[in-house]
Amino acid sequence: MLGPDDIRRLCRLARLDISATEIADASAKLSSIVAMVDQLQAVDTAGVVPMAHPLDRPQRLRADVVTDVDRHELYQRNAAQVERDLYLVPKVIE
Amino acid sequence: MHTRTLAQLSADLRARRVSATELTKHFLDRIARHDATLNAFITVTSEQALAAAAAADKRLGRGDATPLTGLPIAHKDIFCTAGVKTSCASKMLDNFVAPYDATIVERLQNAGVVMLGKTNMDEFAMGSSNETSFYGPVKNPWDHALVPGGSSGGSAAAVAARIAPAATGTDTGGSIRQPAALTGITGIKPTYGRVSRYGMIAFASSLDQAGVLTQTAEDAALLLEAMAGFDERDSTSLDDAVPNYSKLVNEPWERVTIGVPESFFDAGLEADNAKALRVALKELEKLGATLKPIELPHIHLSVPAYYVVAPAEASSNLSRFDGVRFGYRSAAKADDLLSFYMRNRGEGFGPEVKRRILTGAYVLSAGYFDAYYLQAQKVRKLVSDDFTRAFREVDFVAGPTTPAPAFGLGQKTGDPIQMYLNDIYTIGANLAGLPAMSLPCGVVRGLPVGLQLVAPPLHEAQLLKTGHYFQRVTDWHQRVPANYA
Amino acid sequence: MTWETVIGLEIHAQLATASKIFSGASTKYGAAPNTQASLVDLGYPGVLPVLNGDAVRMAVKFGLATHCKIAQRSIFARKNYFYPDLPKGYQISQYELPIVHGGHVDVQLPDGSTRHVNIVRAHLEEDAGKSLHEDFAGMSGIDLNRAGTGLLEIVSAPDMRSAQEAGAYMRKIHALVRYLEICDGNLQEGSFRCDANVSVRRVGDTKLGTRTELKNLNSFRFVEKAIEIERDRQIELIEGGGKVTQETRLFDPDREETRPMRSKEEANDYRYFPDPDLLPIAVDDALIERVRATLPELPDAKRERFTNAYSLSAYDADVLTVDKRLADYFEAVVKATKAAPKIAANWVMGELTGALNRTNVDIDASRVSAATLAALLDKIEAGTISGKIAKEVFEAVWNGEGSVDAVIEKRGLVQISDTGAIDKLVAEVIAANAAQVEQFRAGKQQVLGFLVGQVMKMSKGKANPQQVNEALRKQLGA
Repeated sequence: MLGPDDIRRLCRLARLDISATEIADASAKLSSIVAMVDQLQAVDTAGVVPMAHPLDRPQRLRADVVTDVDRHELYQRNAAQVERDLYLVPKVIE
Repeated sequence: MHTRTLAQLSADLRARRVSATELTKHFLDRIARHDATLNAFITVTSEQALAAAAAADKRLGRGDATPLTGLPIAHKDIFCTAGVKTSCASKMLDNFVAPYDATIVERLQNAGVVMLGKTNMDEFAMGSSNETSFYGPVKNPWDHALVPGGSSGGSAAAVAARIAPAATGTDTGGSIRQPAALTGITGIKPTYGRVSRYGMIAFASSLDQAGVLTQTAEDAALLLEAMAGFDERDSTSLDDAVPNYSKLVNEPWERVTIGVPESFFDAGLEADNAKALRVALKELEKLGATLKPIELPHIHLSVPAYYVVAPAEASSNLSRFDGVRFGYRSAAKADDLLSFYMRNRGEGFGPEVKRRILTGAYVLSAGYFDAYYLQAQKVRKLVSDDFTRAFREVDFVAGPTTPAPAFGLGQKTGDPIQMYLNDIYTIGANLAGLPAMSLPCGVVRGLPVGLQLVAPPLHEAQLLKTGHYFQRVTDWHQRVPANYA
Repeated sequence: MTWETVIGLEIHAQLATASKIFSGASTKYGAAPNTQASLVDLGYPGVLPVLNGDAVRMAVKFGLATHCKIAQRSIFARKNYFYPDLPKGYQISQYELPIVHGGHVDVQLPDGSTRHVNIVRAHLEEDAGKSLHEDFAGMSGIDLNRAGTGLLEIVSAPDMRSAQEAGAYMRKIHALVRYLEICDGNLQEGSFRCDANVSVRRVGDTKLGTRTELKNLNSFRFVEKAIEIERDRQIELIEGGGKVTQETRLFDPDREETRPMRSKEEANDYRYFPDPDLLPIAVDDALIERVRATLPELPDAKRERFTNAYSLSAYDADVLTVDKRLADYFEAVVKATKAAPKIAANWVMGELTGALNRTNVDIDASRVSAATLAALLDKIEAGTISGKIAKEVFEAVWNGEGSVDAVIEKRGLVQISDTGAIDKLVAEVIAANAAQVEQFRAGKQQVLGFLVGQVMKMSKGKANPQQVNEALRKQLGA
């Protein structure tokens, strides 16, 4: 069961604004999803190696070569706010 | 002309019975006529399509055409297309113009394929009904009150309504096969890694695989052989050589053994659907296949395992959408970073996407990781091992694609679990990374249903050939919804 | 009450690859903003990481040099958090299975003792971009050129017990990564960065105290200073009845204080999980052996050899081997000169290093080559010039006045070794310093030094001091 506080905590973690009205719905639906996936808890998986990926192959290695050229003007066309080629965000406080 | 298959149109183009420009105009006209109803397209790229068709005609004239040159198709709006809006059916990317082409888009373009436009889908491919799209739901051409399935619902509806001869799609838990089944067309999800994921906006990276939705298995072979193959820009791309699928589908039939998990025929499957499936299996038997009952003891755990793994990966994959470098930025001025992120993402994503992100954040968070994420990975292994074991005895695993034919718009939106259970037969192939195909195999209540065949890794050629032989003796794939004939 | 400080360091060494760890963008420092940020570095939708093979080989090289175990299979994981300099909303790093783990280095301390520092792990990850805070009407500007640069994060055990030890360890690792040519070690440009985990406990306690993590320690001096300040803060806090809070603190070198970082206030839940876009890194024996074959002589071995082969003190050997290029320079001088290695060492550590520092010139660009310095030392050895004159010659050569021979010639610096000329100078000095001569004859031996000095002065330093000494004694009848 995921209550409103759980939902608010997850929303903050995932950086998602949620309105007060949405919280109840999210709480109900997420609870039913979690209840469904809780079936997994009953499965005996002792000794089973977790499968993170369908491919059982090693990572391929790329040669250390510079292949990319500067295309920042094209790439920055999708950005909401750019000044002096920098992406702008609300002030970052360390 | 629009009911002809890709293979037939390819022959028509080569024999100059039709030009690429005529063909493209014909389908653009059909889109203009029907898409206001269907809502299968998010963007129609008429101008580019006509330019590409003109170039294809030149190429056909010069004689350096490929079998695909001049064939118009549609791309799911999850594939990046340079200079063209690529939205993933999300408000988040409503203003996004990709600065590059996805590998499959590039490959098909190089082969001379003409892009008609970008098809509607569930937002970020999260859905099984195409109702989560920011651009509104897609209608099932067989009955406009029904969903076409999802997430590649626009691609499926476009092909089923013959407003595009074929379309690309992606399949994370059944997103090609399920809509193909619900709209009466053919859909194949290849082996994980067979088709490059570069330029395909990620939903769940270890499950996502691009494929095609076509009228026939033969058409699927034609498209797939141009799309598949190693791509150095995707670390998970397989470097195994790509067989000549379109040639192989026409080679002589070899005897195959088809495994049928009896658990697939339990109460979850609608009775008439089961009946249609039995008839289809009989057809395969008549072709010379041997049917063999098998067991996949953990397959019923696919859905819960999937709904841990997929949201976990999705929650992380979708973190890049923050309104800084691309995508939606809230009009409300944010004074601090936290509210800036929360507003951009909270307003940019729809409710189903948010639910998946929250579910993913939950199963990965401190204290829950072992119980959910890690346990799901172990169950994933069990599901995968079931298939490996089965393939020691059989060449394919057959079953239904969906539990029932298409359902009504709005019928399942209130209950995510009911929606998720649509993918109960398809998810296993994604968890195990196996190639799987849905073929139209009958009609239930006047609506198409599908037969699913799952094969061992890299057995696409065998799968397509079986589909092709099945379609030589059946005509389900030739049926067109009345309004679109 | 006596206190013990317990310190562990996390060092981030930027890998000296030409391209980024997961993209083909350049890693060159100082480019215009966002001109070296590729689609992958920007976290664009649809793009995927592909691993740079040299990054793997560099990590293995470091592991071999620090007696670490090299994992046959290691995993990239995603570390999930939101920050504007982190475009994807996650950092690709390594978590449960790092590429390298379980090694150590022995750190020489100023008092001659050695501190054995365990290296818990070293893992591959990607660097973040940079936030620029000035002048954007209350907003920050983000430059993602640095995003995606390969990093090796080197995590030590909490084995250090003082700020000096931490500084010595950091210098040791710094020297090592430069020897291995896996990092340029440029602290100003941020190629080599350090965080410190600091706690205090009462001497005799076996349990570790609550630690704080110090950030922004971008010089050796800052590391030592920050640790001292933080140690004092923690001791004062505990002695005043307070408790140390586990937190991340920023070192402010101007105000000489550490303070909590606001961006780290929230307890982090990074939700690590294996990155599904990348497969496990496989390192087999063949790869390890190929990398081993590229290992240079390491600082410890070189120092050992320098003390033995050249009869240098431990201190001299240490100074000379901190920088491989300095060591190479020294050895080139030794090879080319007839002078003793100790003389060569003194000149390299003294005049050469002094001139390099003074003019802010890199050793690769030294205006006095090893061959030139060797020629200069040969002049001293041959008695052509005195050591003192040699310094003048060095200075002149450094300033571009020509070769050693040319400077000696032009300035007329050849040592006076002519007995007649020296005898004449000595006679003049004896005549002019009757009082001192008297004292010497009365038994005051030290006065001889004064008289030698007078002769040297008269000769403008050119007289051979040995001969002056002898001539004086002779004429004074001593």
